[in-house]
Amino acid sequence: MSAQVAVILPIALPLATMAVLVLAWKSIPAQKIIGVGGSTLLLISAAALWWQVDRNDILVLQVGNWPAPFGITLVADRLSAIMVLLAGLMVFAVSVYSLVTIDDRRVEFGFHPLVQLLLMGVCGAFLTGDLFNLYVWFEVMLIASFVLLTLGGERGQLEGAIKYVTLNLISSAVFLAAIGVIYAATGTLNMADLALKLRSFPDEGIVSVLAMLFLIAFGTKAAVFPLFFWLPASYHTPPVAVSAIFAGLLTKVGVYSLIRTFTLMFVTDLDFTHNLLLLIAGLTMVTGVLGAMAQSEIRRILSFHIVSQIGYMLMGLALFTPLALAGSVFYIIHHIVVKTNLFLIGGVVERHCGTGRLAETGGLSGSAPVLATLFFLSAMSLAGIPPLSGFFAKLTLIQGGLEAERYAIVAAALGVSLLTMFSMTKIWAEVFWKPAPEEALPEACGEPHSMTDRFSLYGPILLLATFTVGIGLMAGPVMKASLATARQLLDQDAYIQAVLPNSRLPESEAGAADSNADVGPLAGQRPAAQESPQSPRGGTVE
Amino acid sequence: MFLWLWVILIAAGLAPGVSRMVGSRGGWLLALVPAGVAVCLLQQWPAVVNQQNVSAAVDWVPSLHLMVSLRLDGLSLLFGLLVTGIGALVLVYAGAYLKGDERLGRLWMFLLLFMAAMLGVVLADNLLTLFIFWELTSITSYLLIGFNSDRPESRASALQALLVTGGGGLLLLPGLLLLGFAGQSFEISELLNHADQIQQHAFYGPMLVLILLGAFTKSAQFPFHFWLPDAMAAPTPISAYLHSATMVKAGVYLVARLHPVLGGTAEWFWMIAPIGTATMVLGAVLALRATDLKQILAYATISVLGTLMMLLGIGTEATLTAALVLLVAHALYKGGLFMMAGAVDHAVHQRDIRLLGGLRSVMPATCGAALLAGISMAGILPTFGFIAKETWYEAVGSQASVPYLVASVLSNIGLVAAAGMVCITPFFGRQTDAAQQAHEGGPALWGPPVVLGIAGFCLGLLPGPFSELLAAGSTAIAGQDVSVKLKLWHGVNAALLLSLLTLAGGFLLYWQRHRLAGVITATDRFMPWGPAGAYRWLLKSVNQLARGQTAILQNGYLRYYLLMMVGLTVFSVWMALGGELSSHLDPMPFDFRIHEVMLAGLILMSAVVAVRAKTWLLSVGALGIAGYAVAGIFVLFGAPDLAMTQFVIETLTVFLFVMAFSRLPDFRRLSSVHTRRRDALIAVVAGGTITMLLLFAMTVRSDHPISAYYAAHSVPEAHGRNVVNVILVDFRALDTLGEITVLSIAAIGVYSLLMLRPAARPGSTDSSGNEADDSSRGSAQRGN
Repeated sequence: MSAQVAVILPIALPLATMAVLVLAWKSIPAQKIIGVGGSTLLLISAAALWWQVDRNDILVLQVGNWPAPFGITLVADRLSAIMVLLAGLMVFAVSVYSLVTIDDRRVEFGFHPLVQLLLMGVCGAFLTGDLFNLYVWFEVMLIASFVLLTLGGERGQLEGAIKYVTLNLISSAVFLAAIGVIYAATGTLNMADLALKLRSFPDEGIVSVLAMLFLIAFGTKAAVFPLFFWLPASYHTPPVAVSAIFAGLLTKVGVYSLIRTFTLMFVTDLDFTHNLLLLIAGLTMVTGVLGAMAQSEIRRILSFHIVSQIGYMLMGLALFTPLALAGSVFYIIHHIVVKTNLFLIGGVVERHCGTGRLAETGGLSGSAPVLATLFFLSAMSLAGIPPLSGFFAKLTLIQGGLEAERYAIVAAALGVSLLTMFSMTKIWAEVFWKPAPEEALPEACGEPHSMTDRFSLYGPILLLATFTVGIGLMAGPVMKASLATARQLLDQDAYIQAVLPNSRLPESEAGAADSNADVGPLAGQRPAAQESPQSPRGGTVE
Repeated sequence: MFLWLWVILIAAGLAPGVSRMVGSRGGWLLALVPAGVAVCLLQQWPAVVNQQNVSAAVDWVPSLHLMVSLRLDGLSLLFGLLVTGIGALVLVYAGAYLKGDERLGRLWMFLLLFMAAMLGVVLADNLLTLFIFWELTSITSYLLIGFNSDRPESRASALQALLVTGGGGLLLLPGLLLLGFAGQSFEISELLNHADQIQQHAFYGPMLVLILLGAFTKSAQFPFHFWLPDAMAAPTPISAYLHSATMVKAGVYLVARLHPVLGGTAEWFWMIAPIGTATMVLGAVLALRATDLKQILAYATISVLGTLMMLLGIGTEATLTAALVLLVAHALYKGGLFMMAGAVDHAVHQRDIRLLGGLRSVMPATCGAALLAGISMAGILPTFGFIAKETWYEAVGSQASVPYLVASVLSNIGLVAAAGMVCITPFFGRQTDAAQQAHEGGPALWGPPVVLGIAGFCLGLLPGPFSELLAAGSTAIAGQDVSVKLKLWHGVNAALLLSLLTLAGGFLLYWQRHRLAGVITATDRFMPWGPAGAYRWLLKSVNQLARGQTAILQNGYLRYYLLMMVGLTVFSVWMALGGELSSHLDPMPFDFRIHEVMLAGLILMSAVVAVRAKTWLLSVGALGIAGYAVAGIFVLFGAPDLAMTQFVIETLTVFLFVMAFSRLPDFRRLSSVHTRRRDALIAVVAGGTITMLLLFAMTVRSDHPISAYYAAHSVPEAHGRNVVNVILVDFRALDTLGEITVLSIAAIGVYSLLMLRPAARPGSTDSSGNEADDSSRGSAQRGN
């Protein structure tokens, strides 16, 4: 497979699958088979992309062969490839899970095509190298997720969806305004070109404002403090399969965009932007976990934990050292797998007990020991208990924080992880340990009967649980990949060179980012060259 | 060495199967595994005593300095033997204790998992590996304390133990990391060579505090001791194993292990010795207050843990050796006593010593076990407990530190009395009603404690061969060669006299213990202010804080969320811009023509009308006019096709609005004048901010826009004369594809919203979806 085809496939495949699905609109079995088949293909293409990027460094595809920065550029670097791979894995797991958990009426009304289009938007956002194109993929994602949220038309769904769509539209408006301002100021939309032009931009005020606008737009998508309201208001309302795919992927697109813009474009005033990010990271962690503690229903608890953990992902970005950034990447990998799985498990609990309210559940450690084990593994991983994936993610960030001598955020991260453990053990004690309440209806606690149904329900959970254990045991290679990703992110020149091969780079900081990049005790200070942007450097496109 | 851990882990995996196939006797089978490991450990005895290097290592995450490196020296061998030896006995005992219970397999599995983790802690050479195993012991302990999970107090105790030890673990982690950074290595064997450098490092103080807090929480030191008595909610095999013999000693182990690296300073002494002493005395006092067999034992354990810390804190060669001796003696007798208590509980279903008595005749073997262990606990000849107490007194006495010696003797007097309460009261005297139905359990119940008791006697009578292992252990703690010569009889010396004083005082206290009742009830009312009360208060306040914060932040009102978002956007723009506003105002072009002003006025006016309109029709019409006026601007600035699109869209929008609104109820104002004024202000400021921003951006444009390229290449390369169209379908075709997709999804959405109603699906499985309110409002109501 040619390398460039690999870049477009994660966008094209879901679209093609959707087209086939629309042709087979009336047949429920066909919808299910094609849906899972399309997700499998996407997973395979994502793996191929990762393989290509791992071999070839940054892959660039100029769509329509119009040279950058004039056409739209698709760029797959390590971060993009990892994100696409995770998206493929999640949609595969959730598609299988949805076979039994999504009712036929929802399938009839386009559940599978919508999931495919959601993935098209997600993968597009991960792969694009153009700011306006990113906005388009955000729109695809937003509308697909909105329709998935409302699909079924239940009262709670609609109320959640209204808040979801209103707040996200505001964020889109801010995003669009920011694009307008940045185009007005620089006359370009290509991210690499923007990175180049912002380096030598004469007016720091405008750059700061732009950084703020993007921070608000992407921060809303990523559900950071104080912009996360839409998430806890809506994630518990749709069917579990929908919640799970949202929980795994949607906020992470926001985080991805923040990482992309704040490693590539807004790196000239680290003292302002990244210190602000650090503050936001800390507040997001704390407010999210406190929100989770106040809840008493599985999916609501898990939703607030998403918010809290977004803080950890931002922490690495804000610290801006190779090790800390690698911690963010590791955390994203870990979080997507574990959080999706916890939602899937929560769905099985809801099937068993007929509800996700902690007070009305109980006794599952005796009646469903396998489920209990799978939950405990995932929950402990989320709380950062070794040797599961979450521990290594946390450990990397803590080490990064200590090396950068940012003790406050380290303290916050550790404290929050204790509270995370508290709220995971709350679910464990209430749902699994506590005896089932008397009034629980016995017929509500049913296992699926046929073998295939059980496979469809437990298979994905088992798969993802294996991943969380596997990431822990194989933390060495995963960490190596994360570090390589972080170094690539900090080497902006390589990205710009890949997208704009004819650009003339200012000679100053080529290689400065990675000369400091070796990870030893106390070696992870910020790359010095970017600490103080002195005179405007002349970077122009020929 | 990895093999030992793997074998135990595999045994843990097989345990449920063994329980199903063999039943409660499977304990004997499973016990073979730790027993085998213990034999393997014993084989290393000569190598360890001769200080040969026994180690193994595998890389795990090199970039995080994490390497699974194991190393066996005197200290780890000693602990390893305790962990595996007592572990084997506990497995047998657990089989009898939970005979016929279907959860037995799970208990064995957890016990074996814990065993592997604990063995890992004492074998680890890498700081992070040690931490990983450390956390695993906390988690397995959580699962084991909550083993009787249907009882609320079990669940609460499990959580409490996890939060205290887990919280300590979270302090330990940065402490260990700082240690690794300061010493530039994460291998303990390597750090030994950099002790000076570490102790002079700026991190020394913080790392010491953090590491010690981890150790103190784990080893139940004051003021974190309260979790241990509550952990007695666990079935007795667990208390015997985790909460007396092994896990609670992990903190002591860590302090001992790091003594050669961090110890020997004034900070070390002042942070550890006083805390240890306080714990020692407090444990002994609280033991006397308790009436439940296991509670007495738990507080006595706390007292001994305090002693161990105190001895390590004082940190002379003699006290370090004394700590090791006491540690072994305690593990033997306390493990035995817990098992004895479990046997009594099993037979009588009663652990309150006020209701127990005269069990000697019905449970002779258990009584024997109790006496064997009790004699060692009281420190009477010829047990190992006696030797431990002698070395302890001698070591502390030789320091001439009178306060510590006095505290030691006092706490020991308490422990002697406690030993009496545990070993004499239930078995002698008048037979109580509860005791009459009792009957002796099987040999698996009384055998293990008897074995431990006899071991205590054997070591007491023949301490010689054991001395060399203790010497190797002390050498590891001291960081230099230490020779140990243990003897049962030292002749008549000060330590012996103190021992006699202790015994006499203890017996007096035990005999006259009913006189204490008044004192105990008088102090009862101070108990809620103890650390346990502080824990409960903290837990409650954090939960309250969480609810309060969430009720404010996530209050369920969309308009508040919107306010927050818009306000934040405006605020952040102004914050980022700072004082730069004035410098930008000057170059702004203010030349415009009259029809432009008219159009702008029209837009503004229709916006105002749209907001103030009393009927929806007027409002929609005004919005349409605003849209047309915007299209008019496009016409003026040379974008006729854009204007055409805008005209079409505006027309359609107005039609759609009219069609939709005509089926809705009339316009009504629900918000107050005050709210509307506030909203108007926010709207004006937000709109103004974005307008101003765009104007600024235009003035600072740094480069030629890419649009010039489009104009130049549209015809020759894209073969299209309409640049806008070429941009849409060629230059940026991918955007258009995305937007088309958006439209098609919206079509599906509208279709499903109209056609798929929940009423059409009576068999809805998704009950949580029916809940209408936002999260915190709902939970706050439920919470109150």
